[in-house]
Amino acid sequence: MSAAREPVTWKRITVAIPYLWLLVFFLLPFAIILKISLADPIIARPPFTPLFDDQGQLSVTFDNFLFLLTDKLYAYTYLKSVFMAFAATVLCLLLGFPMAYGIARSSSSMRSLLLLLIVLPFWISFLLRVYAWMGLLNNYGVINNTLMFLGVTDQPIQIMYTDLAIFIGLTYSYLPFMILPLYASLERMDLDLVEAAQDLGASRTQAFWDITWPLARPGVIAGCLLVFIPAMGEYVIPYLLGGPESLLIGRVLFDEFFVNRDWPLASSVAIVLLLLLVVPIVFMQRNDARQAEAE
Amino acid sequence: MNDESSFIRIRGVSKHFGDFVAVDDVDLDIGKGELFSILGGSGCGKTTLLRMLAGFETPTNGSIEIDGTDITAVPPYERPVNMMFQSYAVFPHMDVEKNVGYGLRKDGLDKGEIDSRVDDVIRLVQLEPFRSRKPDQLSGGQRQRVALARALIKRPKVLLLDEPLAALDKKLREHTQFELMNIQDELGITFVVVTHDQEEAMTLSTRIAVMEKGRFLQVGTPKEIYEYPKSRFVADFVGTINTFEGTVSEVGAESITVTCEELPVPVTALRNEDISTGQKVCIAVRPEKIFISREQPDDDESIAMPAVVDDLGYLGNRSLYRIRLANGQIVQVSRQNRRRSARRFVEWEDAVWVSWRPRSTVVIASGD
Repeated sequence: MSAAREPVTWKRITVAIPYLWLLVFFLLPFAIILKISLADPIIARPPFTPLFDDQGQLSVTFDNFLFLLTDKLYAYTYLKSVFMAFAATVLCLLLGFPMAYGIARSSSSMRSLLLLLIVLPFWISFLLRVYAWMGLLNNYGVINNTLMFLGVTDQPIQIMYTDLAIFIGLTYSYLPFMILPLYASLERMDLDLVEAAQDLGASRTQAFWDITWPLARPGVIAGCLLVFIPAMGEYVIPYLLGGPESLLIGRVLFDEFFVNRDWPLASSVAIVLLLLLVVPIVFMQRNDARQAEAE
Repeated sequence: MNDESSFIRIRGVSKHFGDFVAVDDVDLDIGKGELFSILGGSGCGKTTLLRMLAGFETPTNGSIEIDGTDITAVPPYERPVNMMFQSYAVFPHMDVEKNVGYGLRKDGLDKGEIDSRVDDVIRLVQLEPFRSRKPDQLSGGQRQRVALARALIKRPKVLLLDEPLAALDKKLREHTQFELMNIQDELGITFVVVTHDQEEAMTLSTRIAVMEKGRFLQVGTPKEIYEYPKSRFVADFVGTINTFEGTVSEVGAESITVTCEELPVPVTALRNEDISTGQKVCIAVRPEKIFISREQPDDDESIAMPAVVDDLGYLGNRSLYRIRLANGQIVQVSRQNRRRSARRFVEWEDAVWVSWRPRSTVVIASGD
């Protein structure tokens, strides 16, 4: 009997480990952040009021969230972050799809080389790569010098410290995260399917939208999430490449925590950011599941 | 060639991939309503030829006409041709009905017309119970029917089939084979089948083209290909055959005689036109045309030689024998097991006679 039960116990343990991990390193910290967001800032250590005051009364305030709603700066920053992340995601998709398609359709020896080239930038520190873009985008950087040398312009074009620089940085940094899942779903696709569609009267464009695109959809969704989510909270790229007025939510979060030491406000910023990310993802997944069921 | 026999007209078609010549200056006429097979080993160019008919490859040279229209440069989606892929290529994200109706939707037909034609074709291939299933809920045989229905629904002038039976198990193959022939008969569509399986080609086709290294070695009815192979490759590729090298020693009015080093007696064969004394030839005999007997056959016409049973294999409906001649040469013989008996007709190392009739001897001019 015990011999028969043993594998079940092991199965339970293996299943429990990731749950335990999530509980300790995600759910618990989240609960702490949630608690801090409902506190008042004080000059003390830690710099927020405890959950229960001296009399043992529950002390909870929604002031921080109300402040986020009333101060236009936050709404503006959230919107701008969503917009920048969204634009970078779209551009990554537009650039990444043809690249992933090309890799998936190349000969197998060429394929591994091309994939290596996609992954190669990860061998260099993210910070260094973003830093290198400063050298490229500078007023007297490689790009401007080349343009001036070619006579395209006689004075430097201001790219560095603009939203455009952030946009370039985001797209560059997250492009591989778009290409890899797209490649995975395109590589699995049987080329005969596209030919069959053409054989049945679909032009190349129609065959793409009827066959390739729907079959690549899981890859498209995964790629978009992998780009959008980190781009939304990105701190390093706007900090290094953006100007003082190109304020994104990652930067705001950092400033509230470390510059203003307003932990409760920073926590509420973080929670709203999380909601902004989680709600569309849950919605999308449910929509996808429903669609899969309907088909 | 009359008009009937050149519904598909292939003239001087070649296809080069870099230095590699996949199809080498091929001419072919296929008649309306034929069930034509292109038979060959892998890499012989048969699939490339089929893909040129479908429009997925453009010929390097030459032209292809279907029903009097030159389609050499017409893209696949505008050709009156549909193809059943070897992989079936059933769209995984569409159910059976959507798959089958795809071609008509692309033609922009109205919904009523599409629905009624989808119904007809689904009935034809007996898929009614599965019409709203997704491909991953279908068996291999059912997926193949979807592919067939999808290709038939546009009523193409020509249906191309790439190894249609290769992925099916033996019982299903036999069943599907006859069903394909029935459908072809019913609809009168010209079928062009590509296969590496000679049995498939034999049973399905009205005519077969045997292909090797980008060229046709022989085009003819299954019987012609099997009984009158014109080259050693064709003889070997289609079925099993015993071949012996020899020299023509005598040319008579009706028959010729060939002496072979590997055989103890001279071999007689029916005379065909262009043969002369001293010519090097290859003679070939099918295993089922050879008789085994315990006594020397008493007719003086047969080619007969004493031998010993080297090995035998019982296959149920027939038995295969490897017979060893006095000089060690092995001859393969097959024999129908007409009589119900648990005893063996001959045993290992039995002394026997093997013989065949002169009309069974195939003579192939050497070098072919």
